[in-house]
Amino acid sequence: MSTHVTNLISIIIFMLIGSGFVLVMYGLVRLIAPTATSHEKLEPYECGETVVGQPWVHINIRYYIFAMLFLIFDIETVFLFPWAIVFKKLALFGLIEMVVFIFILLVGLAYPWKKGVLRWDVTI
Amino acid sequence: MDSGAIIGMITLKGVLALAIGIVNIVIFIYMERKVIADMQVRFGPMRVGPHGTLQPIADVIKLLAKEDIVPAAADRLLFILAPFIAFVPAFMLYLTIPISENLVVADLPLGIFYLFGILTVVPVSVLIAGWSSHSKYALLGGLRGAAQQISYEIPLLASILGVIMLTGSFSLVDIVKAQQVPLIKLGAFTILPRWFIFLQPFGFLFYFTAALADTQRTPFDMPEAESELVQGYNTEYSSIKFALFFLGEYSNALIISALSVIIFFGGWSGFGPIPGVVWFFLKTYVFVYFIIWLRSTLPRIRIDQLMDMGWKILLPLTLVNIIVTGFLMIGR
Repeated sequence: MSTHVTNLISIIIFMLIGSGFVLVMYGLVRLIAPTATSHEKLEPYECGETVVGQPWVHINIRYYIFAMLFLIFDIETVFLFPWAIVFKKLALFGLIEMVVFIFILLVGLAYPWKKGVLRWDVTI
Repeated sequence: MDSGAIIGMITLKGVLALAIGIVNIVIFIYMERKVIADMQVRFGPMRVGPHGTLQPIADVIKLLAKEDIVPAAADRLLFILAPFIAFVPAFMLYLTIPISENLVVADLPLGIFYLFGILTVVPVSVLIAGWSSHSKYALLGGLRGAAQQISYEIPLLASILGVIMLTGSFSLVDIVKAQQVPLIKLGAFTILPRWFIFLQPFGFLFYFTAALADTQRTPFDMPEAESELVQGYNTEYSSIKFALFFLGEYSNALIISALSVIIFFGGWSGFGPIPGVVWFFLKTYVFVYFIIWLRSTLPRIRIDQLMDMGWKILLPLTLVNIIVTGFLMIGR
């Protein structure tokens, strides 16, 4: 087998060992732990009070915007990685290209910043 | 070797890695309790075993013997799945951590990419746990946790790019080997090794801050702010499910310490007749101690301050760090 295939197999094996460990632990709890359920135990925790309302309510739109920003920037960092690895070969040309790219990235950050999207102390 | 033997070998190494990992997590937990106790002028655990050394094991047994509760209103499948997603990726990180030159299960050519790819799965588990619990505290904790982790993911990735530019490789073994040549020499003696902390001091600063936030250690432990959110996203979890979240979190903090040693502090390289493995663990535990020290010293910061720091300070600075590194490398 080539190293490439071996590496892939080792990733899968690690995943299986990890899952196996969790399953064994779940099984152990089944064997050892007591079960004495009551209605009160199955209620969600709310400091001992009777539960008021639903937890699945409308949440702040800001979380969604941050998730979207993350997606954009994460894709751009993925572009940075292959560049970093061949940086020595590309030399000055590659660097100037990347300065332009990072500049565009920073403009992309400055826009939501200026729009006030990154602020938490105001409600949108 | 035929394929069966190879698979057998990897499985054996995997089980060994699991054992080493869990032993180190147990040491970490014990150390955390003792060090914090010491800083607060208390004794910490003293009863179980000599100086309370068996306390973490007693805790595990206690957690195993607790009733495993799934709230009636919870999304059952996701609720049971969340600890899996928290622990399995945390364990998968051990695959490519080089303890010493030959003590590594698989030196992946895309090592760093793999590590940070797997670390990105952690917010998913936090979000699933928070949402599926059907509890207000858990949901708030889960949302905060996911928002925090995705915000610091990008500075974390960008902060180590400088090192990758200097090394030209994603493999962790290659990165350590690149640090074993001397930076400043006096005759035959090495005064300063070429550790990347000396070449990328700001990179390390950004890396460590982002890493602390990414693993939700104090002062960035917003998702489980005890004083406001009870226990955060794992409020509803009990028994082994809680323990798995706990293990995953500590395992990630351990990996972060090990990675700072590998990427910035020369990995297993040291001096004298002491073997590399000892150096590696010694350096890693210095960082573990540092993390614990931070926890008992710094107060928790607010969520808006946290998000501001990630997006408005760390992200632009890490990008500038990349450009400056590039110009310095060209200029030489």
